[in-house]
Amino acid sequence: MIKVENLTVKAGNKILLDNVSVDFQSGKMNLIIGPNGAGKSTLIKTICRQLIPSSGNVYYNGKELPQLTEAQLAKTRAVLSQNIDLAFPLTVWEVVMMGRYPHFTGKPGPHDEQATEEAMRFFDVWDMADRNYMTLSGGEKQRVHFARVLSQIWFPVPGQPRYLMLDEPLTFLDVHYQFQFMNKLVELLNDKELVVIGVVHDLNLAARFADVILMLDHGKVLAQGPREKVLTKENILQAFKMEPVIHQNPTTQSFFILF
Amino acid sequence: MGKFSDRYQGVLPLLLLLLVITTLFSIKYGAIQIAFDEIYSSLQKSISTRDDLTLTERIFMDIRLPRAVACVVVGASLAMSGVLMQALFRNPIVEPGLVGTSSGAAFGASLYFVLGATFKINGGVWTLPIAACLGGTLATTLVFFLARNKTSGKSTVVSLLLTGLAVNALFLSGVGFMSYIARDPQARSITFWNLGTMSGANWQSVTIITLSSVICLLWALRYTKHLNALMIGEEEALFLGVNIKRLQFVIIAINVILVAVATAFVGVISFVGLVVPHLLRLTKGSDNRFLLLGSALLGGILLSLADLAARLLLAPAELPIGIVTSVVGVPVFIYLLRKNHYYF
Repeated sequence: MIKVENLTVKAGNKILLDNVSVDFQSGKMNLIIGPNGAGKSTLIKTICRQLIPSSGNVYYNGKELPQLTEAQLAKTRAVLSQNIDLAFPLTVWEVVMMGRYPHFTGKPGPHDEQATEEAMRFFDVWDMADRNYMTLSGGEKQRVHFARVLSQIWFPVPGQPRYLMLDEPLTFLDVHYQFQFMNKLVELLNDKELVVIGVVHDLNLAARFADVILMLDHGKVLAQGPREKVLTKENILQAFKMEPVIHQNPTTQSFFILF
Repeated sequence: MGKFSDRYQGVLPLLLLLLVITTLFSIKYGAIQIAFDEIYSSLQKSISTRDDLTLTERIFMDIRLPRAVACVVVGASLAMSGVLMQALFRNPIVEPGLVGTSSGAAFGASLYFVLGATFKINGGVWTLPIAACLGGTLATTLVFFLARNKTSGKSTVVSLLLTGLAVNALFLSGVGFMSYIARDPQARSITFWNLGTMSGANWQSVTIITLSSVICLLWALRYTKHLNALMIGEEEALFLGVNIKRLQFVIIAINVILVAVATAFVGVISFVGLVVPHLLRLTKGSDNRFLLLGSALLGGILLSLADLAARLLLAPAELPIGIVTSVVGVPVFIYLLRKNHYYF
């Protein structure tokens, strides 16, 4: 699990995160929502050490983040961020194989090739293995990167949980692939010991797939918990300044929000 | 990189074969043609008795052969440095001449030519390469730091190229000043050397360049995986466990050694570092391990051909090789700029 304790992050004089303390449990889909500027990306970037907090700590499985090296982290933690671009021609296979880099020196072993192939099949990009990455569409590229980050944490590491961080992963995907990707994540969570933390924009997507929702507003935690507890009229009104209509049906398990 | 890397196979042996053929040609042709049996006989004699070489055989042993080897190792050095810089800056139009290394090395060397002669400084064979390395390091570091954004600490390619332009101008005017205050023979050697020339190659310089290029190749090969990861972005590479700061330091250090040592002996030869990796990329993709080995071979081939052209076009006079490489390289550079809008 990942534990965030009294985290404060500043950019100059501006406070981006204000004394935030949260836990992210393993085996759960943790999705972070909130209006623009609420600190969603800041939180995930601080957990990934792209930003250094001015005070507070992040713990991976009880270990303080500053004590872990990038090489150690890379063996159990994969991060998918937005806007990945390449200026060089590489095949899809080569891009996905990069996910295995933390696990071998020199040349990839059969283990690495197996992880790469399985992750590619999982995200339906196996057929394009030999294609030039630069010729793919935005959605195809995104799926290639899903496969890449998944190949990085494909096999369990004894005694350690694996972590998957997603910073707005669904930006370039149409609704079909958004759902496909989220369903695949749920499938992964069922059979791997995984801590998933993701930033999403779409409240309905969060309502549908999250086990735990974290709602941020003005750099502070507004609410954390199951959708019924977090996605309330009051919370949404306070964070997004919009009056929602919430449809909820306990028998069909449906839950959706309209504005 | 494992499966699907079949397209890389066969390219390296083919390049090696081509390298051997071009080297043979560059030994054979010149102001005086050397027959293959003379090459054979002089090689045989040089093992047993060195004294009774004929004139042709001596030309072969003392002029042609070191020059041919120099072309190969200098071409390899420049091309490898092109691969490294392009990977580090994540841009296929970067080359050592553009980020200050060559002009810095030229300045260091011209400083040595003028001051060394005036103050009778003579630290042996290593003085010239060390002076060039210092100049190259100074200029490259200057470009790298000045191009950095004050707040984000990152440097865009545009700022790098523009800063490189400015720093290049500064150091080249430094070279100009040196040749202005230099006495005639020194000035002449500075001028020649600014245009690049292989004519000064001897066994001593060849040994030093060979050593530096082999050591740098082996050193750089350990980082090809890290450089590959850098292709998808600095942050992504970090998430794949790459220590970015250390990688930048090591790659720039390797690059400075490669370029400065080569430049110290043969002068400024531009565009080899740009054209060679590009030619390989056109055909075979971007795996840096393949690119590094392939560029070492193809760089040797192309510089041998350029040197052959430099010797034969105005025979018996000789063109500076830097002119030949620029005439070929500039159009390629402009083509790349126009074709690939997304490189920026």
